[in-house]
Amino acid sequence: MNAPILEMKNITKEFPGVKALSDVSFTVSTGEIHCLVGENGAGKSTLMKVLSGVYPHGDYTGDILLNGEIQRFRNINDSENAGIAIIYQELALVPEMTVFENIFLGHELKNNFIVDWNETIKQAGELLKKVKLDINPAIKVKDLGVGTQQLVEIAKALSKDVKLLILDEPTSSLNEQDSENLLQLLRDLKEHGVTSIMISHKLKEVIAIADSITVLRDGQTICTLRAHEGKISENVLIKHMVGREINNIYPPKKHAPTQEVILEVKNWSARNPALGRDILKDVNFKLNKGEIIGLAGLIGSGRTELALSIFGNPDNYQVSGDLYLNGKKRNFKHPKEAITAGMSYVSEDRKGDGLILIQDVKQNISLANLKELAERGGVVNSNAEIKVANQYKSELNIKTPTVEQIVSNLSGGNQQKVCLGKWLFVKPNVLILDEPTRGIDVGAKFEIYTIMTELVRQGMSIIMISSELPEVLGMSDRIYIVASGRIAGELSAQEATQEKIMHLATN
Amino acid sequence: MTFFNTARKILQQNIREYGMYIALFVIMIIFTITTGGTFISSRNIVNLVNQTGYIAVLAIGMTLVIIIRHIDLSVGFLAGFLGAIAAIAMADPKVVQAGMSLPVYIVIPLTLVLGIIAGLLTAFLVAQMKIPSFVASLAGWLIYRGAILVVTESTGTIIINDDAFNAIGNGFVPDIPDIGILPGIHKLTLILGIVAIVVMILSEFNDRRKKQTYNFEVLPTEIFILKIVFTSAIIGGITWVLSGYQGLSWTAVIVLFVTIVYNFIMSQTVLGRHIYAIGGNPDAAELSGISVKKLIYVVFGSMGMLSALSGILFASRLQSATTTAGTLFELDAIAAAYVGGVSAAGGVGKVVGSIIGALVMTSLTSGMNLMGIGISYQYMVRGAVLAAAVIFDVATRNTGK
Ligand SMILES: Nc1ncnc2c1ncn2[C@@H]1O[C@H](COP(=O)(O)OP(=O)(O)OP(=O)(O)O)[C@@H](O)[C@H]1O
Ligand SMILES: [Mg+2]
Repeated sequence: MNAPILEMKNITKEFPGVKALSDVSFTVSTGEIHCLVGENGAGKSTLMKVLSGVYPHGDYTGDILLNGEIQRFRNINDSENAGIAIIYQELALVPEMTVFENIFLGHELKNNFIVDWNETIKQAGELLKKVKLDINPAIKVKDLGVGTQQLVEIAKALSKDVKLLILDEPTSSLNEQDSENLLQLLRDLKEHGVTSIMISHKLKEVIAIADSITVLRDGQTICTLRAHEGKISENVLIKHMVGREINNIYPPKKHAPTQEVILEVKNWSARNPALGRDILKDVNFKLNKGEIIGLAGLIGSGRTELALSIFGNPDNYQVSGDLYLNGKKRNFKHPKEAITAGMSYVSEDRKGDGLILIQDVKQNISLANLKELAERGGVVNSNAEIKVANQYKSELNIKTPTVEQIVSNLSGGNQQKVCLGKWLFVKPNVLILDEPTRGIDVGAKFEIYTIMTELVRQGMSIIMISSELPEVLGMSDRIYIVASGRIAGELSAQEATQEKIMHLATN
Repeated sequence: MTFFNTARKILQQNIREYGMYIALFVIMIIFTITTGGTFISSRNIVNLVNQTGYIAVLAIGMTLVIIIRHIDLSVGFLAGFLGAIAAIAMADPKVVQAGMSLPVYIVIPLTLVLGIIAGLLTAFLVAQMKIPSFVASLAGWLIYRGAILVVTESTGTIIINDDAFNAIGNGFVPDIPDIGILPGIHKLTLILGIVAIVVMILSEFNDRRKKQTYNFEVLPTEIFILKIVFTSAIIGGITWVLSGYQGLSWTAVIVLFVTIVYNFIMSQTVLGRHIYAIGGNPDAAELSGISVKKLIYVVFGSMGMLSALSGILFASRLQSATTTAGTLFELDAIAAAYVGGVSAAGGVGKVVGSIIGALVMTSLTSGMNLMGIGISYQYMVRGAVLAAAVIFDVATRNTGK
């Protein structure tokens, strides 16, 4: 084993009411790929923010040693100068700027105060080659898919002569192919001497790529496992992460869906006037009461657009076709009407359009159904609101000191649970879940699956959009495969396999 | 000792909210000392409130506009223009000669309705035509500026001699008949002050009891009592100062009323919650079933109505409509809102804060006037206070809660 490039010793970091890290020690050897795993809120992101100077020296206790030398980073610039680059859980590119502008943003190549664009474009091209991206560096970032954007982020990190690359859940919104590309890239970088730390909830990829795995739980280091000491199994990891064994993460189905159709969509087509192209073509599907249907497909195949166009069409697509809810033909003009009719939509982008980050947990949970908390004259009963929020806090096991905590202070997975709580409080008949377990740890996944099973048992019907095939296979009663805005096929739970789904999704 | 510790902790947690009150308090004390007590005299305080009135109502409306991430630059000249319209309808010589002048109880509601229509027009540009509010309201700024000139062109300043109308900006609530006790004291104001204290105490107790029935944490008893005593003392003090002069001015009554209504809407009702939600994240609000468009109409409509009210207050105070009425009102209102803790990023801000902000800004003007400080320095001091207030706000943003 190589000498350690990084040692973090006895790191403790507190927030008001939360001890995010207590006495954590963490060692990374030079040239390895080290994965950091743990439940939501275990402190993974916080540990990396301490390392990269987001929380400056003095904000935490303990020591950071880089190549044996004590470091006292005052800000991110300090850590970048020391050769550390971090790619955050949420991407930090400027969408309106070109790829080459983004790559050199903040450390522009200058020639006597004047930006040298020719050199910039040339070097950007070389960096893109390093990350195996074959795109024009002059393209705007907003026109790229998430997977490509992720690679641009890495190119940006490489432009700063990085020794230690930190990736916080880089694959959480990538499809299998993009994830595989990214992992391969990490292996290549390793060959070129770059050490990487990767946080991920996808245990399969963790096991596939890691040289070492450190498990955090409740702000403490539980253990560090090394791949060369014998193969690490998923079950062992889970046990360390959650402190108990979970053998079957998909709870057994105790119910049988009825044959009573609750939602039916016929000849549904949509055009996005902003993009000027058709996004949905002649979609037909139906959902029975007490059923979970899965919408599988590649990222960008139109599943989110399908959900939004049904759910009151907030993006103002030009929609044609018929929608029947409970046998009645409906034409929702606004999400408000869809909600009133008994629908809920948990969006895939919780920060972008799911949560109000500057408000607290209770305000987020109550937002879509304030009228239930309102007394005469539209006055919100704030005591009842706290009670409701506390109820979802305990039902969904949301980790937060109080429901008065600002949502942006919650860990990613717990934010997702707040989203779910908000949409369950609407008490819908039809629940649309768009990537419901993105960025969620195994324990919480199991909880969410259990809740889903319980909800359908009580008569709710669920549409689940998911890019994780095992999840689609494990949870759905029926699966529709969406490809390029069309329904490419329908499979029952019994006949579906990963191969069949991928075959339909890519043809 | 635990008492002081808890008190300190509560103060620390709420420093952001209390900061403004403390600032206002400090400014008042400084001016009281530097002016040898003139500043705190009943007469000056009443003047101060009346001067704040027309900016304060604008600041309230602006608070809502900024909360939903917009801005309205047109409100100053809109106020001036609608003040002129009101004056013309009541007192323009030609209109009077033609026998077409309208009585004050029709003019006021009419002006308010015109204000709402003007606000809805801006909202139409913003919500329907998707024009940035900065641009839409800048267009309004130019248009209303021109409109004032057009309507006052022939007459110049329009003198208003309607006593009822002029009382709004200059008059006082009449006292109850003299009953021989407390001579020289405005007894109705005193009674209202006492009623206010009683209502405050009852509602605080009611709130506490409700919280306890839910088994929620409440303030420790001593701190709770301290809070009540403190608030009562402030209301009592203000009442005493006012009742020593001519009592409550009509302007104060109007501002108080508007503040209470808006504060109630913003802090207690579903409508208020929706407005904050839109400011916090419009996309999430839309998906949560809140019509962003509709609320843009509501907020700008209310802004227009308050602009009309501001115009009425100002015209009434000057007892006339002038060609320059409304100049820079919009910037004063925006400054008051920012001093009062509204966040430019949207979603954050309190109506009461903006009123305090408006009071801070007028106190500065009034105090420096009394001290004989030149207008040029006054601008600089106010600029510095605006910057300092926002710096304080940003610096304390992360420590609260
Ligand atoms: N700025 C903050 N203020 C208060 N509490 C915070 C803040 N940031 C993080 N926390 C808390 O610290 C704990 C650790 O959070 P962290 O984001 O590190 O978790 P994580 O392991 O990255 O989880 P996830 O897998 O969900 O992303 C959580 O309980 C979180 O609520
Ligand atoms: Mg995290």
